[in-house]
Amino acid sequence: MAEINLEDYKGYRGVALNTLQKFKTPIWSDVEILTDEGSFKGLILPRSETADEFHIVLKMPIGYNIGISAEKIKDVKIFGRREAKYKIPEKDFPYDPKKPRVKLLGTGGTIASRLDYRTGAVIPAFSPGELYGSVPELADYCNLETEKLYGEFSENIGPKHWKGVAEAIGKEIEKGVQGIVIGHGTDIMHHTAAALSFMVQNTPVPIVMVGSQRSSDRPSSDAASNLIHAVKTAAESDIAEVMVCMFGPTSDMYGLLHRGTRVRKMHSSYRSTFRTIGDIPIAMVSHEKITPLREDYKRRRDDKEVIINPVFEEKVSIVYYYPNMQPDIIDSLVDNGYKGIVIAGTGLGHVNKPMYPALKRAREKNVAVYMTVQTLWGYVQMYVYDTGRDMMELGVVPAANMLPEVAYVKLGWALGQTNDLEKVKEIMLTPINGEITEREPSNGYLIYQGGLPEVEEFIKQYRK
Amino acid sequence: MYDFIFKPFNEMTEEDYKTVGFKSGLEIHQQLLTEKKLFCRCPAGKYSKDYDAEILRHMRPTLSEMGVYDGTALMEFKTKKNIIYHIKRETVCTYEMDDTPPFLINEDALDIAIGIGMLYNCNVVDEIHIARKQYLDGSIPTGFQRTAIYALDGWIPYKDRKVKIVQMSIEEDSCREVSDIGHDRVYLTDRLGMPLIETVTEPAMKTPQEVAEVAWQCSKLVRSTHKVRRGMGAAREDVNVSVEGGTRVEIKGVPQITLIPLLTYNEAMRQWNLLRLREELKKRGITPETFKAESYDITKLLKKVHYAPLKNAADSGMMLSAVVLKGFKDLLHWQTQTDTYFSKEISDRVRVIACLTNIPNIIHSDSKSDSISSADWLKIKKFTNAADNDTMIIVWGSEDDVKTAVNEIIIRAKEATIGIPSETRQAMSDGTNGFERILPGADRMYPDTDLPPKKITSERLDKIKLWLPEQIWKRIEWYNKLSIPKDTIEELSVSKYAKLFKKAVNDWKINPTTAAVLLIQYPKRLIKYGCIIEWLHEGMFEGILKSYADGKIPNDALLTTLRTVAELGAFTEEVIKNPASKKEVDEVIKLAQTECDKMKIINPEKKNEILLGMIMKKLRGRIPAKVIADKIGFSN
Repeated sequence: MAEINLEDYKGYRGVALNTLQKFKTPIWSDVEILTDEGSFKGLILPRSETADEFHIVLKMPIGYNIGISAEKIKDVKIFGRREAKYKIPEKDFPYDPKKPRVKLLGTGGTIASRLDYRTGAVIPAFSPGELYGSVPELADYCNLETEKLYGEFSENIGPKHWKGVAEAIGKEIEKGVQGIVIGHGTDIMHHTAAALSFMVQNTPVPIVMVGSQRSSDRPSSDAASNLIHAVKTAAESDIAEVMVCMFGPTSDMYGLLHRGTRVRKMHSSYRSTFRTIGDIPIAMVSHEKITPLREDYKRRRDDKEVIINPVFEEKVSIVYYYPNMQPDIIDSLVDNGYKGIVIAGTGLGHVNKPMYPALKRAREKNVAVYMTVQTLWGYVQMYVYDTGRDMMELGVVPAANMLPEVAYVKLGWALGQTNDLEKVKEIMLTPINGEITEREPSNGYLIYQGGLPEVEEFIKQYRK
Repeated sequence: MYDFIFKPFNEMTEEDYKTVGFKSGLEIHQQLLTEKKLFCRCPAGKYSKDYDAEILRHMRPTLSEMGVYDGTALMEFKTKKNIIYHIKRETVCTYEMDDTPPFLINEDALDIAIGIGMLYNCNVVDEIHIARKQYLDGSIPTGFQRTAIYALDGWIPYKDRKVKIVQMSIEEDSCREVSDIGHDRVYLTDRLGMPLIETVTEPAMKTPQEVAEVAWQCSKLVRSTHKVRRGMGAAREDVNVSVEGGTRVEIKGVPQITLIPLLTYNEAMRQWNLLRLREELKKRGITPETFKAESYDITKLLKKVHYAPLKNAADSGMMLSAVVLKGFKDLLHWQTQTDTYFSKEISDRVRVIACLTNIPNIIHSDSKSDSISSADWLKIKKFTNAADNDTMIIVWGSEDDVKTAVNEIIIRAKEATIGIPSETRQAMSDGTNGFERILPGADRMYPDTDLPPKKITSERLDKIKLWLPEQIWKRIEWYNKLSIPKDTIEELSVSKYAKLFKKAVNDWKINPTTAAVLLIQYPKRLIKYGCIIEWLHEGMFEGILKSYADGKIPNDALLTTLRTVAELGAFTEEVIKNPASKKEVDEVIKLAQTECDKMKIINPEKKNEILLGMIMKKLRGRIPAKVIADKIGFSN
């Protein structure tokens, strides 16, 4: 008997697999299935690996799918084979010598995507030709080149990728590109934005991170608009910083350019999920124009004098404090060789007293401990209460208004450079690009409370 | 073959429809009666036109699962509409706005859907797969409708044959359109996401009347479950029509079954006349291969035009274009539907695809009288080198829109040489129809990656059978055998008391006509007495019927008993045991009046009210208060 190629029966197992094999009907077979309850015509599709083993998926001629119980199948007539060729229409990206050169570096995410039959989920696809085929407007702004560095979902991105992207950016700037766009999944986009803010300094060109909250396999996706905004920013803006470019409101109106060290994903699914915390964004961007919201950003330059410093100590952790946290949480990190701990403390930056001996021990073992606030907005202020002063005595360093995730990334980056805790402290507390600000503007904290008459009036007037 | 000319609607015979090869099928959309929406927990069925916020979206076509773009999708993208949603907090959450993934399917809705599928003799699928069906018109903010086929291959009896039910799907309802002007289309979102089923029949209906009759049959079937919504918009028909040699065309969203005959007649006529137009073109030597059209920018040429729409356009710096259709002379005035001509086919496309929504949006040389002067036409003719047998069309608007329009005019004119374009058309109130969009194909389906497949167990089907009424046609047959009055059968078959009727006849051995009349006709008579019959419920009828069966109520007292029960709001043993006789009532009233007269009443105007109270104290539960009130002349 010939060996069975499981790819021919992708995703099927158990009864369903046996049935398909019995009737010699691999996936993509064009069939008529006969059961006690009548016959069904269609195409056998691969099955999601997480679905059960009892059903066979059939795509009917009208385009709908149904699952047929494998044990009811009496016979299968095969008419042929028709495999789906999922391909975004590819067209050569047009070249215009007058337009700037923009490089799109891909790390994954759903800027462009296709369906994965094993999991039933969406997997990314990516090339300049494909992008031009699906978002032809990109050619209005630049000559686009792309390079796929990684094909990772956001949650799988880590220090290895941060270093790789930073190095790739260095090479592109050396080659003379006028702007860089980084396609990235949204979940930890703000971690990567922070990492690149530290690893790539003094950039002469815009570095714009972009993704989408609704995958590009749906008509209402924010992917195309986000990409257009990002490419426009990279090509035309004079902001030479690491930025995140994502929807401002949930409406298709404009994107916001957030500073890479002050941005955070704030909603699990909204389009307008990225917000600048404790400050205001750098600019608004639409298909037509870029509108700066502040003046103090770093400007585009003609030189190539970028500093790439791609280092990271992976033995760093964030500890999110909760009432009655036991000191063994800190102890176990120390015992496992962690070199840095960022605490997200309550209020102005607090943990309970039973933690103190563990914190003291951490310090004695040369572990760098930094305090941030889980309120996200506001500064750590450890002088107000005695408990704060006590903790500082134990060596816990307040990290001002650095966001916990940003402090984590920065501490990893600092410890990647030195083990001398004094030097680490100097690196940590010297702001590189807005991760610590001297002041919080009064409009840096605006979470409007729904239900209030004046807020409702505002919402009715302006599309959110 | 195309010698036949359509007669006026009333004169068309079955034979005529046979001649043109009339064929029609239905896609019936029916909202289900559930508390909540299909994929989120928002309340269903709360409608309101005011709103708290607006959201703006654009739609882009995406690839289908088979890796191709859908034709409609691309057409909708050409139109570049701003889609604006009006949102009310109470009826819409972040799911409908496509800012939150779906919650699991509403199980109540699925149960009702499956139940109706079973009534249609369908096979329920073993595992349902939720699909995304693309709609780029913006009627659903995600750009697709979540929908799943859950039943297949059923039938209903009609005349002496079976009409096949091809498939049934459960899906979320779309937005209600508020307006569509230029590049802005506005939607209300209250209806969005409500559970809906779509029932698709095979195209087995041979005349417009048959289509309507089958639609009625289906409507009665779903109503008999009492688990579907009623009223305006709760049931909407899409009607597919074709003629011999034609193409399937879908008339969308017909709100009333009574409109179906005229609509399908007009559509059949349109298709037939378009086929005749193709023959005429062929005679003139115009085929897809030889078809020729040219376009010209005539903005400068018509600077001094008087015709208001063109003058306004020219004055506000718009673009004016002329399209010359070679050899098309007089064909824009070719009749398509009742009082409707081929020019409408072109104007519709320009309106929908090029967003030139101010009508008239085109003028043409086949109907010169009411637009620009003959001198102007002559000028254009000269400028475009048009021959005597050509037709000229003028279109105006912003440069982008006019370019799209010119393109569409040429596309639609060329389609006339091929036949009938596959389209979705909208029903007009005069029974004609207009272009809505290109008929979408299977290419717009995409599996919903947000939700897992759902297995339908046999235990679930068994549970559904417990509440399912017997199929309506089986009951009608039985009612006929029971010789129930004809006018009562119809209503009894969709009545929620059908099960009680069966019990009364089979178990309690009540005369079928008596039971049917009590359940169906008596409540209507009570309306005259001011009873609110919506308050009647099964328990009341059950009590009366059982007591009647037990001989506690005489036949001629049934109506009065029902009235008493209706007014009391409940069935009590008192009503039955001892209904107050006329003599007793008169005595009680007399006694009470005497007593009342003796009393010292502070507010004399309250006297009757006090009197009524005294009488009812003695007779409560045995006679309706209103009867007494009438007798003593009390009204409030």
